[in-house]
Amino acid sequence: MIREITIGQYYPIDSVLHRMDPRTKLFGTMVFIVSLFIADNIWNYVIATVFLAAAIRLSRVPLRYMVKGLKAVLFLLLISVSFNLFLTEGEEIFRIWILRVTKEGVRTAGFMALRLIYLVVGSSVMTLTTTPNQLTDGLEKSLGFLKKIHVPIHEISMMMSIALRFIPILVEETDKIMKAQMARGADFESGNLIQKAKSMVPLFVPLFISAFRRATDLAMAMEARCYHGGEGRTRMKPLRYRRRDLAAYLTYALYLGCMIAARLLPAVLDQKIRWL
Amino acid sequence: MSIRAEALTYIYNEGTALEQKALDNVSFEIPDGQFVGLIGHTGSGKSTLIQHLNGLIKPTSGKIYYNGSDICGEGYRLKDLRSKVGLVFQYPEHQLFEVTVLADVCYGPRNLGLSEEEAAERARDALSLAGMKEKYWNQSPFDLSGGQKRRVAIAGVLAMQPEVLILDEPTAGLDPMGRDEILEQISRLHRQRGMTIILVSHSMEDVAEYADRLMVMNRGRLAFDGTPRQVFEHYRELEEIGLAAPQVTYLAYALREHGLDMRTDVTTVKEARDAILELAGMKGKR
Repeated sequence: MIREITIGQYYPIDSVLHRMDPRTKLFGTMVFIVSLFIADNIWNYVIATVFLAAAIRLSRVPLRYMVKGLKAVLFLLLISVSFNLFLTEGEEIFRIWILRVTKEGVRTAGFMALRLIYLVVGSSVMTLTTTPNQLTDGLEKSLGFLKKIHVPIHEISMMMSIALRFIPILVEETDKIMKAQMARGADFESGNLIQKAKSMVPLFVPLFISAFRRATDLAMAMEARCYHGGEGRTRMKPLRYRRRDLAAYLTYALYLGCMIAARLLPAVLDQKIRWL
Repeated sequence: MSIRAEALTYIYNEGTALEQKALDNVSFEIPDGQFVGLIGHTGSGKSTLIQHLNGLIKPTSGKIYYNGSDICGEGYRLKDLRSKVGLVFQYPEHQLFEVTVLADVCYGPRNLGLSEEEAAERARDALSLAGMKEKYWNQSPFDLSGGQKRRVAIAGVLAMQPEVLILDEPTAGLDPMGRDEILEQISRLHRQRGMTIILVSHSMEDVAEYADRLMVMNRGRLAFDGTPRQVFEHYRELEEIGLAAPQVTYLAYALREHGLDMRTDVTTVKEARDAILELAGMKGKR
């Protein structure tokens, strides 16, 4: 049941995007997110759609799998869309009771929805094609310059990879304990809020105990292998840029250029018309 | 009164790259009061199969009948089923959560809607059945040893007073003595209370000693199904799927290869001893 949460889970196939350097993908995701926030006209969204569609195509992950991740933000999406739809001032199209729907409202709500969907899908393209370990390796390397000002970047990224690594383990553990308690007649679904919260005790107590046990075991295992932090540590698979990464960075530059141009386009046109 | 499975198929993550067929067209019937050993290599589908039997997993296709009624049918009360088919998971001690042993064992009966006194009554019964001494009943379950924790967890399922008891590797990670004690306890439940037992294991020795019937799983399919003797005759095929017959079976075959008139249908150490003594007796050396 809870195994169905797919947001941010690695999808194990082989594609150009899967083979790409994690730093390239991290940077690309950042560019994409920034570009979504400078977008404010239809051309911007057309370009973003083309870029995102191309990325999805290259990743070879089924679209259905990506859209599944949207379920998690559906509620947020509905709220922000309805706020924008009903509360934006402007030219009225129609009204139901006190709710006014305006032309501007439809426009902002539509763009807002697109922006949110693209944010989620865009970042899941990265997480679906990058293993958690690659991701933190990429982060550690890209943020390496922070070490100079004594930010313990290695330790932070190690903590992150451990946390990420433990998500599926804890999900599985939860599933197992849930089933074990259900076999003893537990009911996690019915009842009011207080009863529901109470019914979670037999789930959370064993889960916490097992999480602590795993944590001490892991600490022991790391110490047994002489782990002592990032100082002087080398990698088995050092990150190295290849040609496809260069191609990707060029694509980002081109994409960002197009986005900025598209954003300025209406203003420029406006001015030209005024000049004439 | 029986458990019957018809063409059970179960697929994990259907329609994705992670798709995996855990059960493939499995059919069988387990009559009342049988002691069944379910064996198979890791990932052969044993655990998936037993979770179907008390309705924790719904089959992708196929049907399961308990006492003649379809447990996937609409309106079937799964909660009733779970009180009749008790399932003890692997490492069941990981599900303990209460402050005292007794309170933890009461959890199941209380979920069945019994009163506090009735639940406590059943819990005391179950704890004695599982061989827990009374002095431990008011201790925290987390202070007990591994073997004792496991008994408490098994008692937690026994307190539901099931008709069928399914145990997934109940002896995993226990020392030899703890293992024998638990198996002996289970066997006693079978003999004295007439409980149907399904014991999942990959130790052939354990299973051969207690089970009336063996079901061997391989890659989601039922590879062999019969008495231990019948199944162990296929010891070469068993090896191919990563299992093995009990060591005495190998001994018997080896003796036979050396020209001795040894019986090869021995499955336990005791039977092997008797057969060898008989063999020696025939040669007049007793």
